[in-house]
Amino acid sequence: MQNVMTEEQLNVLKSDMKKKHRNLLVKRFLSNKLALSGSIIMIVIILLAIIAPFFTSFTPYELDAMKRLKAPGGEHFFGTDNYGRDLFSRVVHGARVSLMIGFAVAIITSILGMIIGLYSAYFKKLDGVLMRISDGLMAFPAILLAIAIMASLGPRLENVIIALTIVFTPSVARTVRSAVLVVKEQTYVEALRAQGASSSRIIWLNIAPNVLSPLIVQATFIFADSIIIEAALSFLGAGIPAPDPSWGNLLYDGKTVIFNAWWMTLFPGIAIMLTVFGLNLFGDGLRDLLDPHNNKAKK
Amino acid sequence: MVLEMSLKQSTPKTEASNDVILEVKNLKKYFPITGSLNNTVSQVKAVNDVSFSLIKGETYGLVGESGCGKSTTGRTILRLLEPTEGEVIYDGQNINKLKGNDLRNIRRELQMVFQDPYSSLNPRKRVGTILEETLKIHKMGNKKERTEQVMNILNKVGFQREHYYRFPHEFSGGQRQRIGLARALIINPSIIICDEPVSALDVSIQSQVLNLLEDIQQEFNLTYLFISHDLGVVRHISDRIGVMYLGKLVEESPTDELYTNPLHPYTKALLSAIPVPNPFVKREKIKLIGEIPSPVNPPSGCVFHTRCPFAMDVCKQDEPIMKTLDLEHKVACHLY
Repeated sequence: MQNVMTEEQLNVLKSDMKKKHRNLLVKRFLSNKLALSGSIIMIVIILLAIIAPFFTSFTPYELDAMKRLKAPGGEHFFGTDNYGRDLFSRVVHGARVSLMIGFAVAIITSILGMIIGLYSAYFKKLDGVLMRISDGLMAFPAILLAIAIMASLGPRLENVIIALTIVFTPSVARTVRSAVLVVKEQTYVEALRAQGASSSRIIWLNIAPNVLSPLIVQATFIFADSIIIEAALSFLGAGIPAPDPSWGNLLYDGKTVIFNAWWMTLFPGIAIMLTVFGLNLFGDGLRDLLDPHNNKAKK
Repeated sequence: MVLEMSLKQSTPKTEASNDVILEVKNLKKYFPITGSLNNTVSQVKAVNDVSFSLIKGETYGLVGESGCGKSTTGRTILRLLEPTEGEVIYDGQNINKLKGNDLRNIRRELQMVFQDPYSSLNPRKRVGTILEETLKIHKMGNKKERTEQVMNILNKVGFQREHYYRFPHEFSGGQRQRIGLARALIINPSIIICDEPVSALDVSIQSQVLNLLEDIQQEFNLTYLFISHDLGVVRHISDRIGVMYLGKLVEESPTDELYTNPLHPYTKALLSAIPVPNPFVKREKIKLIGEIPSPVNPPSGCVFHTRCPFAMDVCKQDEPIMKTLDLEHKVACHLY
């Protein structure tokens, strides 16, 4: 019996196995209705945000005093706002801002939360300090903390991202930490220590991949939450400064004329709702999908 | 279990060749119990002054009921738990004093097989990667050599090469335990500490894994410290046996001698609890009354005197020392 493979055989075997797992993953993704519908909604919204500005005949800043508060229809798809700007164009451009903020916050909080969570769970001494700080931050209501930070930093796009990152990092760190606390008690971590593995090898190469799935799920929810909080901040005037469109700004503009021009609140509202709905569906679907123990059950 | 296994017939290979490979001297491991202010209120004396030595090529069985400190002993030897006191000497070096690179190097020589085959393999990694990681930790070989070695070792424990890219959840408990053994073997250690390696497996799979352990021992000239509570399994695989009770070693003897002529009352009680296949055989049964005392506050004198049917006054006051009787038979009891 031949027990050592040639390089070539090995590569064939490897690509076979990888293909099998990939096919399985695709199949499971397609059979997971939640993840599928969530991702379709998100793909449509993101595509709209990217492509649509090239097709709109109006820029979001174009004033037209003659066409103030026109109802939807005709050349203005979603109607116009109180300065005669095209609402469709503003919603679509607002999507770019809102999605960008959500995405940036989700990525940055994931990275920071991962580092903090991993190290505080693995090293007991760090745990006390880091978790007390995050307890302190979590003691404030998210929106209040965000407003306070925005008030001190000033309304700018980057500042919104910084504020939301500070608001959400503690909860990500908590999620990661609790997952690590479970994983690090597993025997294979002890086995690695018995073999003499360094703590950074154990943390990054062995524990981190095992806490990735709760982290990714958490990140999609944070994506959704930061869109809502950004909208709230802009609505309160502490978010994206005025002429630039964001979904929160649009709602704020619509508030004063809500009885005459329902479309000014309805369309941005629907946009926010759909996006958050899509993200939450996607997050729930991912949670089922990423659990490695489901592999067999759903074949 | 006892029924189906052929008993070890060979005479112990221990005598004469006093080729000690690992020496454990007065090992102690106390776990602190902390109060509300993080102050130590008292201590759990999990391992309390244990000494024994492993002889090259033998299997040393460590038995005792659950909670007696046998697993803690194994983990403390490997420094997975920091010892409170005592020395573990391998190759002239005191493992308890080693740091950094020296400790990593000694870990190439001492490996462990764990009890739970389900949590001992990383569920996110392929079997090949898990085995290769050990080689990477010790910076052995290049990519190709490592793959080759992993294939070899997988073959040794009875797998084919298509198992290389499988995930652990695609294997059964017995197969996983064999992977765990392969992981311990791959860096070519001289001692393997087996911490109840078969207690989580079905009886039919147990004998399969035990036979594999024996074959591998001969092939690689390994020394085993075999921790178990299953007296049948220990009798099958061990050359010498140490009996632990409440953090202390109470008796140590070659296997056959221990089973035919147990000296310590605790050992007698343990052995009389083994079921005998013939219902007409009358035996003297020793039943132990009461629970194992708390290791936080072990009894004075001989730790066993609270449950011992032969307890005398002296047992309550003086701690018995380990005495060596004939045939390498050691016992810590005032009766002898």
